Amino acid sequence: MTDMNEIAPSNHARPRAAVLELEGITKRFPGVTANADVDLTLHEGEILCLLGENGAGKSTLMNVVFGLYRPDEGVVRVRGEAVSFGSSADAIRHGIGMVHQHFQLVPVMTVAENVVLGKEERRGPFLDIEAARRNVRRLSQKYGLDVDPDAVVGELSVGAQQRVELVKALYRDAEILILDEPTAVLTPQEVVEFFGVVRSLVDSGKSVIFITHKLREVLAVADTVVIMRSGRVVSSTVVEGATEQGLAREMVGRDVGFEIEKAPVSPGAAVLEVEDLHVADDRGHLTVAGFDLVVRAGEIVGIAGVEGNGQRELVEALAGMRTPQSGTVRICGTETTHSSPRDVENLGVGHVPEDRGKHGLVGVYSITDNLVLNRYHSRRFSRRWLMNRAVMRKHAQRLVAEFDIRTPSTEVDAATLSGGNQQKIVMARELSGDIRLLLVAQPTRGLDVGSIEFIHRQIVDRRDAGVAVLLVSAELDEVLTLSDRVGVLYRGTLAAVMDRGDADRDTVGLLMAGGATG
Amino acid sequence: MTPPSQSFGRRSLERYFRLAPVTVPLYAILIASLVGAVFIIGAGSNPLTAYAALFDGALGSPDRIATTIGRATPFIIGALAVVLGFKAGLFNIGAEGQLLLGALAAAWVGTWSWLAGLPAVLAVPVVLLAGTLGGLVWGGIPGVLKAKTGAHEVITTIMLNSIAAAFASYLITSRDPILLIDQAASTPHTRLVADSARLPALVTGTGLHLGIVLALALCVATYLFLKRTTPGFEIRTVGANKDAALYAGMPVQRTIIVVMAASGALAGIAGAAEVIGGSSGYLTPGAFTNIGFDSIAIALLARGNPLAVVPAALLWGALLSGAPLMQVEADLSVNLVRIVQALIILFVAADAIVRKLFRIRAPRGAVDGGPATFSRGWAG
Repeated sequence: MTDMNEIAPSNHARPRAAVLELEGITKRFPGVTANADVDLTLHEGEILCLLGENGAGKSTLMNVVFGLYRPDEGVVRVRGEAVSFGSSADAIRHGIGMVHQHFQLVPVMTVAENVVLGKEERRGPFLDIEAARRNVRRLSQKYGLDVDPDAVVGELSVGAQQRVELVKALYRDAEILILDEPTAVLTPQEVVEFFGVVRSLVDSGKSVIFITHKLREVLAVADTVVIMRSGRVVSSTVVEGATEQGLAREMVGRDVGFEIEKAPVSPGAAVLEVEDLHVADDRGHLTVAGFDLVVRAGEIVGIAGVEGNGQRELVEALAGMRTPQSGTVRICGTETTHSSPRDVENLGVGHVPEDRGKHGLVGVYSITDNLVLNRYHSRRFSRRWLMNRAVMRKHAQRLVAEFDIRTPSTEVDAATLSGGNQQKIVMARELSGDIRLLLVAQPTRGLDVGSIEFIHRQIVDRRDAGVAVLLVSAELDEVLTLSDRVGVLYRGTLAAVMDRGDADRDTVGLLMAGGATG
Repeated sequence: MTPPSQSFGRRSLERYFRLAPVTVPLYAILIASLVGAVFIIGAGSNPLTAYAALFDGALGSPDRIATTIGRATPFIIGALAVVLGFKAGLFNIGAEGQLLLGALAAAWVGTWSWLAGLPAVLAVPVVLLAGTLGGLVWGGIPGVLKAKTGAHEVITTIMLNSIAAAFASYLITSRDPILLIDQAASTPHTRLVADSARLPALVTGTGLHLGIVLALALCVATYLFLKRTTPGFEIRTVGANKDAALYAGMPVQRTIIVVMAASGALAGIAGAAEVIGGSSGYLTPGAFTNIGFDSIAIALLARGNPLAVVPAALLWGALLSGAPLMQVEADLSVNLVRIVQALIILFVAADAIVRKLFRIRAPRGAVDGGPATFSRGWAG
């Protein structure tokens, strides 16, 4: 085992040695240049935020650094030495560690087993699990990462799993840590805690690249910020003195409106009424347990909450895709507790599902087919069993224009479009037509700022037209921007419902973490 | 290395079958012939002589062509049955058993005495309907089991194949009690079906009968059904993305049952048409062995396209009907044809080899060079 030097005193004096230098990195894929002539320097003990929209080339760049892609041009230097990685194993040998957005852990194994997996200590032919546990304990104490080596990973919270990923990287002697959107799955309080961990890492000499698209986090934690747009670095500065507006302008290339114009709320009759709803997930665990809510015509009720607190099961139950264990759901006065998705849809319900790739679209279907995915049987599109292709195509052409779906034609496969355009297909299908209730789950996940603005506008327009909207989102900012009333889902129950005016970030954040109502 | 994969979950049959739909099978046939030539040389013969004889035996005269088409007829319908399953994401390994049940039903109903008095335009449809029902039941069972209990159709259909084979052998050979056996016959076979229930031959003495017209009509009908009708849309959606089908309010479970039953029904028609269209007009024990399994191979070669099963099945029929002449002229075992057939399927299934050799690019959205997936996972 390598004996690591004692914790270095925190010192922010410059200049410090460059640990990672990228020079002129260019990476092309058929038809796109993902990275164009990118320069980047990471110094020892520095937190560098890599900021950019989805598709700006951040992940490609980091995959180059981590040895998953070979650059077409350019040089990568680690501590001054030019390197060429054939695989991530090479990168790890050079002291680079990466924590992916989707954790790479084996849920049924313990923390210690996960940490040593692939780099096991042996005693004779056997796994030395004692040494593994010792190592995990040593690392977690050294860096203030609270993990129990004997806990089973699948039973840990998301925040704890993330700490396991960090320990895993540190166990492999990572000096440079790449964190890909690490805060996406955390509550605001956990984020603060996490920033503390990152700080303690750099204080002990590690260097961190932090990928994010959240401006607030850049200002909170970064020493320097590198902003990417369309595969290029457009700005590379120290964070001191930067503003959210300024960063956003650099990131998007134009001024961005953070606020959305809305007419004053004037709620009408109750459209969605949920009483004491209990819903189980696929494994039979009750993830929605006693949920009550009323959504009225002409209002947006936003449900905030950390993912995995029952959001998916709640929305699926309301949409008829999942049968509740107990409780009642009424839509426009009709009980729909045990209704099928089609019955719910026929009551005038649009449903933008959380996972557009899994539920919302058929990737190998054309845009035309996707736009009628749940309406193909209606009188408008088919007579008895025969589908009217001409009408469907005309319908598609109209919606492609109306929702600004960027595509060469209506007949291309949905899978070939960008995430933003795919989501616009789902929105176009669910928002068009005569709807009275809109169920929207994570509507802007993974989308660029332009698409987000467009989709928010569409949702608000429906609300202004008198549609009742239930918005479920893990993005607190999104909930606060759009909602007239805000609820917080915590462990399957609504922790609170308050008017937007009473919902400040701290109160909601505390509720998301399970704190008591104020 | 590892490009970011699309967020569309499992690669579906639908996507697989869209890759280079024509070029890959053609190249696979070419490579299989070349590799087959190596085997021929190994067996001490000249590949050119062998292939020439094979070609001559399959297509060398009008009668031989008719024989080839006749051989292909049950393969067309059988492969169509498998293709229909593919479209809903189901891997129907049970065509073999379903075909046998259809044949049994036809062999039984065809001997009913009142049929003999009917004109052929009525008697033939009655017998075909019986065959359809036989296959439908045998395909419907795994469909219900899958929809209601999640039992995987690959397992259940394999088991049902064994049951069907044993059941058929019992029905055909049992003398106590007398079931279907023709007591007068020296070797066991079923009683002759009524003349009015026979499908007329198109070219006498070649095995080509009116069933080919039925087969072609079924292919076109299936193609249009899948493409143009709402149930067809539902079937394709269940096959392409079951979760999206559920989301869209489609009857997923019902579709699985209906498709398995319909797939079985088609296989049943294939069996029934052979009984009443073949030269004998009765069913012998062990008849139609492997037609159902070959149909799976043909369906793969046709890449799940209901129209492409026709040329794929014709190729299959040609290889089989040309083999005897090859055996005579090149002094090779007829089993060499089996090797070539197996190689074709190998190269179609392992299409990465073909694409690499001929530099056929995978289309956008497909994972580069990944293994082909023909059916959903075991958990599905």
